[in-house]
Amino acid sequence: MEIRPIFSALMRSKVSMILIGLQVALTLAIVCNALFIISERLDRMNRPSGMNETDTFWLGSTGFGQNFDAKSVQQADLQLLRSLPGVAAATSVISVPMSQGGWSTGVSLQPNQRTSTASTAMYMVDAQGLSAYGVKLVEGRDFKPEEVVFRSMNDRGIPVSVIITRALADRLFPEGGALGKQVYYDNEGPPSTIVGIVERAQTPWLSADFIENSTFVPAFIPYGSFTRYLVRAEPGRRDEVMKVVEQKMIEANPSRIIGRVRTIEQVRVDGYAGDRAMAIILGAVIVALLGITALGIVGMASFWVAQRTKQIGTRRALGATKFDILRYFQTENFIITTMGLLAGGVLAYALSLWLMHSFQSPRLPWYYVPVGFVCLWALGQLAVLGPALRASRVPPAVATRSV
Amino acid sequence: MFTYYLQLGLRSLKRNPILTALMVAGIALGIAASMTTLTVMHLMGSDPIPWKSDKLHYVQLDNWSPDEAANDDGSPPDQVTYRDALALMEAAKADKQAAMFKVSLPVQPENPEVKPFQSLLRATYSDFFGMFEPPFKYGGPWDRRQDAEHARVVVLGRDANEKLFGGQDSVGKSVRMNGVDYTVTGVLDDWKLRSKYYDLTTGAFSDPEEMFLPFTTAVDLKQRATGNNSCWKAPGAGWEAYLDSDCVWVQMWVQLDSPARLAEYKAFLDSYVNEQKKLGRFPRPLNNRLPDVKEWMRDQRVVSGDVQVQTGLGFAFLVVCLVNTIGLLLAKFTRKAGEVGLRRALGASRREVFKQFLIESGVIGVSGGVLGLLLTALGLVAVRALYAQYKSVASLDWMMVATTIVLAIVSAVLAGLYPTWRACRVQPAAQLKL
Repeated sequence: MEIRPIFSALMRSKVSMILIGLQVALTLAIVCNALFIISERLDRMNRPSGMNETDTFWLGSTGFGQNFDAKSVQQADLQLLRSLPGVAAATSVISVPMSQGGWSTGVSLQPNQRTSTASTAMYMVDAQGLSAYGVKLVEGRDFKPEEVVFRSMNDRGIPVSVIITRALADRLFPEGGALGKQVYYDNEGPPSTIVGIVERAQTPWLSADFIENSTFVPAFIPYGSFTRYLVRAEPGRRDEVMKVVEQKMIEANPSRIIGRVRTIEQVRVDGYAGDRAMAIILGAVIVALLGITALGIVGMASFWVAQRTKQIGTRRALGATKFDILRYFQTENFIITTMGLLAGGVLAYALSLWLMHSFQSPRLPWYYVPVGFVCLWALGQLAVLGPALRASRVPPAVATRSV
Repeated sequence: MFTYYLQLGLRSLKRNPILTALMVAGIALGIAASMTTLTVMHLMGSDPIPWKSDKLHYVQLDNWSPDEAANDDGSPPDQVTYRDALALMEAAKADKQAAMFKVSLPVQPENPEVKPFQSLLRATYSDFFGMFEPPFKYGGPWDRRQDAEHARVVVLGRDANEKLFGGQDSVGKSVRMNGVDYTVTGVLDDWKLRSKYYDLTTGAFSDPEEMFLPFTTAVDLKQRATGNNSCWKAPGAGWEAYLDSDCVWVQMWVQLDSPARLAEYKAFLDSYVNEQKKLGRFPRPLNNRLPDVKEWMRDQRVVSGDVQVQTGLGFAFLVVCLVNTIGLLLAKFTRKAGEVGLRRALGASRREVFKQFLIESGVIGVSGGVLGLLLTALGLVAVRALYAQYKSVASLDWMMVATTIVLAIVSAVLAGLYPTWRACRVQPAAQLKL
């Protein structure tokens, strides 16, 4: 197959060629970068929180009146929650992973250290805490009931025993052997001892740069008269427990409001809503873009076929096979697409640079562009197939007609 | 002539319905993608109080640790301490000033049919209402004297009044919250804000609080803020020590009616901080800031990076759609070379031919615009479904409708210019030969 005649034919309709090429170039640049953003978001959304998300839910309780005794209500509530059929574990908490709100602080290796060694989320739990979260203890031991401290928001001090995540342990003690070591959460207070290490428990903040650094603390700290509880149901019984929990708790103590009864699955959905929306919107842009570009190629190819009907007939009359005609249009499309793709490759990296510069996004991995090449070549060939087949069916007799 | 060309254009478009549909759909999709994203970005970043956004200033003081800045970019904390807020309120050097924070209280309605509910309130000063101008339906704000007396008073939002009093004028009535009775001084009308610009520390797109109570009262009742609380140094034990600490949890706004007043206030803040430095506070270099509403919204990235990227891609998509339309129009007009030749031979000037084809592209533009507008409305429904918190910024206003139509026509005419110009250059003689 001679490329030369195709090329010289193309040169006669430069503008159309440039338009299709430009369209392919922009499509490649946008699709590559959009796909990369989508894949990043999906990776983010697939990060494990470390806790049992399928069987757990949480709820808030707010008591009325200035004389509300948060401590005794918490004791009674936990007793009630644990006695409900289908409940595997319950604890009072201040936050859960992915909920975007909670308590964070710095951890230091020395007292009165000027800047802390690492940042960590603080999860205040009682002796059933690890079990209620469903996090996996990999070293050391769980909290003992007598270790749980009651303190008000205005008191100071961090309990003497803490359990931290593997990631935080590695950060604080890169050499290993974190178990049993002492660390400082309160610069001016006494140290805390690491009594256990859990495999993983994300912080509540999905965009925190210390997302894997969490500390469990055996303490109950009500926020005024507001207390939150985390409940883990036996497998498959979560919804059944959730249905009765509000009524049971109000019956046990009517001078309060039970609110925000939500599954941790819902917390995950809410936490990642922005990432999911971004992925869906970019996905829609990609589909629409590929569709428009394909239709553009179909339209332009149809026009060329119509314009050259007579020329095709002449070629057929001179001995070209149907296959030759088909191949002519396929090759023509391949040439235009390739030129567009070469420009698009440069544009894709330029767009990536702009995104890196303006939005601190990571660099587009190199393989997106070659993969994009293959996809758009295929798209071009598919789009041109219809018009090209139509062209190949032009009868040689057309050449003999004058108009 | 215009109507005649319009008829010609419509007839020509009808002759190739598929090609026409492709062009209209292309423009419509491009318009919808760009306008949906632009609407969200425009409304997110739009000035919430244009008549005085340059007079309202957010107060930032750098009381942070000597060892590290509050933020990586060196900017001061996004809130102030209670003690500094109180000092600035008492100094009263601005034309209006309001410190504020968010609290959550259980409401115990008198009406036994209304279940107790948890309510979000803004604890602030009476100047808040004069500064941010929420519309009152009944009554009005409490006064400065009541601020000073820690009065148990409350201003209800429209929804809270609906819930508690069935929308009746409830001024003078009492609302019980966490065992304390508050007297209603005023009820707001519907207060719709595109962004909750007066407190951007816990999300820019939540609704205004359901009620408002005096700052002094909330502190008197030891109500902790439910917003963010950041400390670079652990506070001492007890409520008093917390109030006295360097923890930041209060938002502070001042109204300064002229640039001269702004300069004066800036000088006052600097001298205040220098005084405090003598007491051993404010260990960092002087770094006070007074951004106005728009600057503060920019600092706090009210328009998120995601939304900017989406808008950029939306417009890139529009460019692709336009390039597509140019190609298709070019194809179409080239095919009509014979017709052009005939008209030219019969005496039509290039100008007339140009007009005729431009009107044809205009028709495509208007149709694409109308369809695009419908698709934009659908797109905004989708945005509201995807981002629950964007409901106030994902809706079309008249300006955006007009922009959409204009954008569509301008796009289509621009796309039609080159093909039209090409069509006009047809040599009549070449086309008339058999």
